[in-house]
Amino acid sequence: MDSLSVVINALPVILQGTLVTLGIVSIALAMGLVFGVPMAVAQVYGWPWLRRLVDIYVWFFRGVPILVLLFLCFGLFLSLGLPANPFLMSCLVLGCTSTAYQSQIFRGSIQCLPQGQLKAARALGMDDRMGITCIILPQALRLSIPGWANEFSILLKDSAICFVLGTQDIMARTSFVAARTHEHLALYAAAGLIYFVLTLVVLKLLRRLEEKVHVPGYSCSGGSMGTEGA
Amino acid sequence: MAVGNDVVLRVEGISKTLSGKPILDHCTLEVRRGELKVLIGPSGAGKSTLLQCIDCLIPPDSGDIWLEGEKLDPHNTRKLCAFRAQVGMIFQDFNLFDHLSAEENVAIALRKVRGLSKKEAKDRALEELGRVGLARRALLYPAQLSGGQKQRVAIARALAMDPKVILLDEPTSALDPELVGEVLAVIRDLARGGMTMIMATHQMDFARALANEILFMERGKIIEQGAPETLLAEGSNTRTRDFCTRLLEMGE
Repeated sequence: MDSLSVVINALPVILQGTLVTLGIVSIALAMGLVFGVPMAVAQVYGWPWLRRLVDIYVWFFRGVPILVLLFLCFGLFLSLGLPANPFLMSCLVLGCTSTAYQSQIFRGSIQCLPQGQLKAARALGMDDRMGITCIILPQALRLSIPGWANEFSILLKDSAICFVLGTQDIMARTSFVAARTHEHLALYAAAGLIYFVLTLVVLKLLRRLEEKVHVPGYSCSGGSMGTEGA
Repeated sequence: MAVGNDVVLRVEGISKTLSGKPILDHCTLEVRRGELKVLIGPSGAGKSTLLQCIDCLIPPDSGDIWLEGEKLDPHNTRKLCAFRAQVGMIFQDFNLFDHLSAEENVAIALRKVRGLSKKEAKDRALEELGRVGLARRALLYPAQLSGGQKQRVAIARALAMDPKVILLDEPTSALDPELVGEVLAVIRDLARGGMTMIMATHQMDFARALANEILFMERGKIIEQGAPETLLAEGSNTRTRDFCTRLLEMGE
């Protein structure tokens, strides 16, 4: 059997894995967004004890390898007597890790806004919650898109490691077929190509989003240098 | 310029120390309806800190603030927000919301703080932008406006809240010289229209022509105050006059 037909035969199986990969990455990214934004806000504007708490969280999830976290999570589920669902555990580990990284993307964006923005909001009679949601975050989130796109591409590739738990993602299914057919080169090349195409498509979409929400005349994405074209 | 007898804003004994260094030392002032008070003094005298302390953007260490006879409790967030909504603030570096158009900059607090509908807020915003001569720039974003235009949008944003008093923190200091005039013209119209204002500035001609009273600050204290014609009179031996003479010499 030649390599190409092996790949073509394996494709439906691997593409099913693509859905699993996309599921894990979407859930983890969404989790990071939902928890990362408030964590960034807490780190910039929160009480000292809350900042410290977020610091410790971020430090832990940035400091421990994902592979270790996956096994830790597995051990935790076992000792708590929870059903060790690989999909769930993968989402949880990648989501918690991404929350840590995303919170730092958002914190950087919030902190690079001029101090006067929140001051002006307060001077108009807005409370801090209103000032942060109406004035600070709309600007900070725009600035975060490039960093966020980066986080997506890293997370997508990190998700491949989840196969160690038996998650049925692209990587797990590819290795399953490869072990039976011994067509390692062709199959992993196909898997790599799928990751590559996914990254490319989503990054293009995020780039489009960035242009769409771009504020006229404001911190251009290279536009002022004339390198990006219109 | 009809000045009423009722005190709009009274500030008593405001002090502020930052990292061990006294910035404000028992500053007391009051402004009556329709008055324009001008704060002058060398850089670092505490003019900007005083104005920001009045609006509690920098919390003062001690001192009391009354708006129309009601004492402000700065620890009550709701009351503090209501107070700030009635006190306009114009900053040296404009502080327009960079992600919003001129019109949205004026409208946002109307919607979020005053609770106006989108349509009402928009109409009011356009009206205020018209008042500062920027009706045709309503859809432009801060990055597309000149410094003078930005400051006029900031003034429109403050005016839209129907403030009882406006605090202006060196509103023309960040502007190119040729843009100072358009902003001063707007402030002059406000003064003539009876708006109550406290303004920190180095524009002595403006202060001389329009101020009801000049307050001269140095090292965190208000050391002289009086009508411009008294403080700046030929031969008057005041620190204010001394300072202004030196300002003029530097300008030449």
